[in-house]
Amino acid sequence: MSNTNIRYTPRDRDWHPEPDFPEYRSTILRSPKQKLVVVPEMMADKTGPAFGQNVLGEFDNDMIVNFAQSGEKAIGEQIIVHGKIVDENGRAVPNTLVEVWQANAGGRYRHKNDNYQAPLDSNFGGCGRCVSDADGNYSFRTIKPGPYPWPNGGNDWRPAHIHFSIFGSGFSQRLISQMYFEGDPHIQICPIVHTIGDPRAVDQLTARLDMSNSKPLDILAYRFDIAIRGTNSTYFENKPEGN
Amino acid sequence: MVDFRSLRNAEAQSNLDFPIKESPSQTAGPYVHIGCLPNFVGVNGVYPKDLTINGALPDGDKITIKGFVYDGDGAIAKDIMIESWQANSAGDLKNGIWRRMPTDLETGEFKLETIMPGSVDGNSPYINLWIVARGINIGLNTRIYFEDNLDEKDMVWKHVPKERQFTLIAKRVEGGYKFDIRLQGSLEGEDETVFFDI
Repeated sequence: MSNTNIRYTPRDRDWHPEPDFPEYRSTILRSPKQKLVVVPEMMADKTGPAFGQNVLGEFDNDMIVNFAQSGEKAIGEQIIVHGKIVDENGRAVPNTLVEVWQANAGGRYRHKNDNYQAPLDSNFGGCGRCVSDADGNYSFRTIKPGPYPWPNGGNDWRPAHIHFSIFGSGFSQRLISQMYFEGDPHIQICPIVHTIGDPRAVDQLTARLDMSNSKPLDILAYRFDIAIRGTNSTYFENKPEGN
Repeated sequence: MVDFRSLRNAEAQSNLDFPIKESPSQTAGPYVHIGCLPNFVGVNGVYPKDLTINGALPDGDKITIKGFVYDGDGAIAKDIMIESWQANSAGDLKNGIWRRMPTDLETGEFKLETIMPGSVDGNSPYINLWIVARGINIGLNTRIYFEDNLDEKDMVWKHVPKERQFTLIAKRVEGGYKFDIRLQGSLEGEDETVFFDI
């Protein structure tokens, strides 16, 4: 008899951003100096919370209206952002919570710590969420966020981006990342983007204009697929169950 | 000739390549609260309340763990978000307990109100933590163990350098436990919190 022991594919730390990247100043004092400690994967890493459709309100997936006064809308280029969530094995990830947040069309966040001179939009809050369907698909509506300057010791500008938080089914699949827009010239000049060393990895975070899902005279669409950690299957021969 | 008919209806290619690799992480940034704890920073009216729990607190010994997150200068970080995941008091992870908490924007203190986890597979009870913020490019995983509930035969314990084990142990204090997190230690590194590659 052989038991199958499922474990997650180890994270490729060369593919992920460099934790200590001085050109992104905040990492200098917030990146661990010691090596990560490798430990056996335990049940508490392979399990995690589940959130279903029941957490969602009617307009959670529509940032154009979910903070707006009745009958009004957020200012900006209206877009649909949609895609599929899969794992590294290519399997769809259904019923997983996706949380998103972003600046308004002028590049300003509704946050007490954001002092950028661009105005707030009284009809835009900047948060949304949805749950992937049975095939791993998710979708929400928003306005295209603006690029903005940020205090990093120099003349630094963030590309237009939307922050994503993804749960998956195991706590060690938990992921936060950012989505960029195809063709944005700020991508090349951003230190935060460049914490990722491999241009193919940056490209993976870049949404594609999707004319087939746009609505004529109404709203444009961008496609952004997301991959979370997959699993390896390891076979242990002749080991008693439980080991 | 430009084929406008097909351009107008073109399907987008996937941004994923084969073989598929995990989407690379990016920092949660200084405004993570807007997306994950909007009511906490005054973005009210979108969600009735912030998502901080996955259900009511089940039966068990109620505990409160408080602490601060320090950077490499020893300064208290005040824009951190922490999530926790643990077994219930019976050691059951199918009914595990998830919590999400910010560090206070003014004081930097975080507070985890939960129950003492039960042992899973004979190991010491512990709480998994995941830490994200500005300046953290990929979420940091660590664990809270309890000084009065620690079994040295724990499967993970032997992998942790002895001189740094103390960074994973919550200390009993009046009213609960204290657990501080050091994102970056001094030159010797012994006081830096142990973070795991899980």
